[in-house]
Amino acid sequence: MKQMSGAELIVRLLERQGVRTIAGIPGGAILPLYDALSGSELIHHVLARHEQGAGFMAQGMARVSGVPQVCFASSGPGATNLVTAIADARLDSIPMVAITGQVPLSMIGTDAFQEVDIYGMTVPITKHNFLVRSAEELLEVIPAAFRIAMSGRPGPVLVDVPKDVQNQQVSFEDFPPPAAAEALPASDRAGIEEAARMINAAERPVLYLGGGVVHSGASAQAVALAEKAGLPTTMTLMALGTMPVDHPLSIGMLGMHAARYTNFVLEEADVLVCVGARFDDRAIGKAARFCPDARIVHIDIDRSELHKIKQAHVGIHGDVGQVLEALAPLVDANPRPSWLARVNELKAGHPVEWATQNDPRTHYGLVRTVAAALDDEAVIATDVGQHQMWVAQAYPFRRPRQWLTSGGLGTMGFGVPAAIGAALAEPQRTVVCFSGDGSLMMNIQEFATLAEEWLNVKIVLMNNNSLGLVYQQQNLFYGKRVFASRYRGAPDFARIAEGFGVPSVDLDSAPNPRGALTQALTTPGPCLIHVSIDREQFVYPMVPPGAANTEMIGG
Amino acid sequence: MIEQVAEPLRQSTFAKVVLEIDVNNHPGVMSHICNLFARRAFNMEGILCMPVSDGKRSRIWLLVYDDQRLEQMVRQLEKLNDVRAVRRHGAEHEVFERLEDFFH
Ligand SMILES: Cc1ncc(C[n+]2csc(CCOP(=O)(O)OP(=O)(O)O)c2C)c(N)n1
Repeated sequence: MKQMSGAELIVRLLERQGVRTIAGIPGGAILPLYDALSGSELIHHVLARHEQGAGFMAQGMARVSGVPQVCFASSGPGATNLVTAIADARLDSIPMVAITGQVPLSMIGTDAFQEVDIYGMTVPITKHNFLVRSAEELLEVIPAAFRIAMSGRPGPVLVDVPKDVQNQQVSFEDFPPPAAAEALPASDRAGIEEAARMINAAERPVLYLGGGVVHSGASAQAVALAEKAGLPTTMTLMALGTMPVDHPLSIGMLGMHAARYTNFVLEEADVLVCVGARFDDRAIGKAARFCPDARIVHIDIDRSELHKIKQAHVGIHGDVGQVLEALAPLVDANPRPSWLARVNELKAGHPVEWATQNDPRTHYGLVRTVAAALDDEAVIATDVGQHQMWVAQAYPFRRPRQWLTSGGLGTMGFGVPAAIGAALAEPQRTVVCFSGDGSLMMNIQEFATLAEEWLNVKIVLMNNNSLGLVYQQQNLFYGKRVFASRYRGAPDFARIAEGFGVPSVDLDSAPNPRGALTQALTTPGPCLIHVSIDREQFVYPMVPPGAANTEMIGG
Repeated sequence: MIEQVAEPLRQSTFAKVVLEIDVNNHPGVMSHICNLFARRAFNMEGILCMPVSDGKRSRIWLLVYDDQRLEQMVRQLEKLNDVRAVRRHGAEHEVFERLEDFFH
């Protein structure tokens, strides 16, 4: 017979689940849990400076490892500060378990100090959530939270634990076993056979990979299918890295800021094989005009994605890795010389601007120079804005989980804490975070955490002294009425970084910017790399709002 | 960032459907289900919920209009962790009809 408090039970269950790092911030309602955590010899607690930072650190750890990761916050404002990071995890299908303190059970519903209904608030942004009503329930709830977070399509789970439940004693025979993912759905043989027939009969097929390929660990299977069947392959923002960009079959990212030729290739497709992607509006433009001539095969672990935006001719519910493995032997080996020649002709006819820029003081040149100084083991994170799209366009991603970006929610402030999380989970890697001056200031307090943990995180700040993407929209679509998108002040980011204890390099004034950049990237430990970027540089090409993907402007 | 330019929501038809949903019985279940419908502006015409068997489960009956989003709603319902089964019945199902007496 074992006996312990609810708080201690949570810590033991987390240890047994394999959790080794937790980011969080304590407060009154979660102090019993922190007290129990202080006794753990296995778990390293990282003290974030804002709960949103803690949430994104957990996400960073989960995005590089694929394993659910944990963040802690206290009740009330601590919990509400987590909300953005949870919503972000939901939209990008990231496995995460957020544990929040809550006021004691008897005080719930009385507007007690620091009471908010975080359970109610997170219903629409979690995969599932729990309000724990007794310490005994924890024996079921904690493993269930992990099981739900990692099974099928991954996602965030919130567990709200009242303070008295943390303090309550519980006796039990034995610990429950650590959670494992649920069995994968049985594969749909008939659907797979029909998909193979469609691919074999196709003349201009295209493979369209989404984040599900990363989550399923199926990039090798996807590349193998593409190679066997001769499928030009496009990737969503979330799937960058699943096929190396320089693979002869890669046609790069599709959608709003794709290379023109990528969207033109899709326009000509007669069969579209969508794998673990969800026909997001940023990827497909005007839905009715996306791939107008294509019959669609859609493979997804989440049944509700099938036929949601585009009616698929064959919808296959299943794990994309398993389905691709079953599909490959049924497709004919086919080099498709004429279709691939046509793809190459479109590619040659619409060269991209970023391929040729090398000056590290230009936006694309900076991205390319960073890439040239690193190998594929590096992790690349971004914030949200123009810089994010420039990196997505120009960085040569070659490995799944190399690329961490806030895709679905598009959250400014994601980059720095997510990069910290990546470095916590995989300290042997160099982690680079491309950021904009707007985004950087949304979680800049985490520089303190970064300095404290002394992680190998390089922040490349592309500073245009504006909310660049907003400035771009106003110039292009709001009659150049620029409003609330340019900063009047200009903070000295180098001094800010140094104030936090993070060294910095300014490429603007460096006599040899390339050398200074390489040195900063290869010196272990954190660093802020500052580069001024011309505000008049816009992200091109671009599909304007409401247009079809083929109606791109610029670039 | 840029505003979505969406097709207007299509109108629902007038055919009604009864959904019968088996769920785990705990205080949060109704909010999970109602949230799903509310946020998609999918009107619930009627709702009825009673515990079944030993009180560990409940059965929820929903009266909704049949609309082309119904299939998507059912799939979303089936994804909820506490939903164990969803069954679809035609409007001829009498659960709500028999309740009519209480409303007149
Ligand atoms: C939290 C949050 N608030 C607002 C936005 C809307 N938004 C998208 S991009 C952007 C500007 C980003 O500016 P910056 O980080 O400097 O990057 P840049 O576009 O200049 O590269 C804004 C305000 C957002 N995505 N996230």
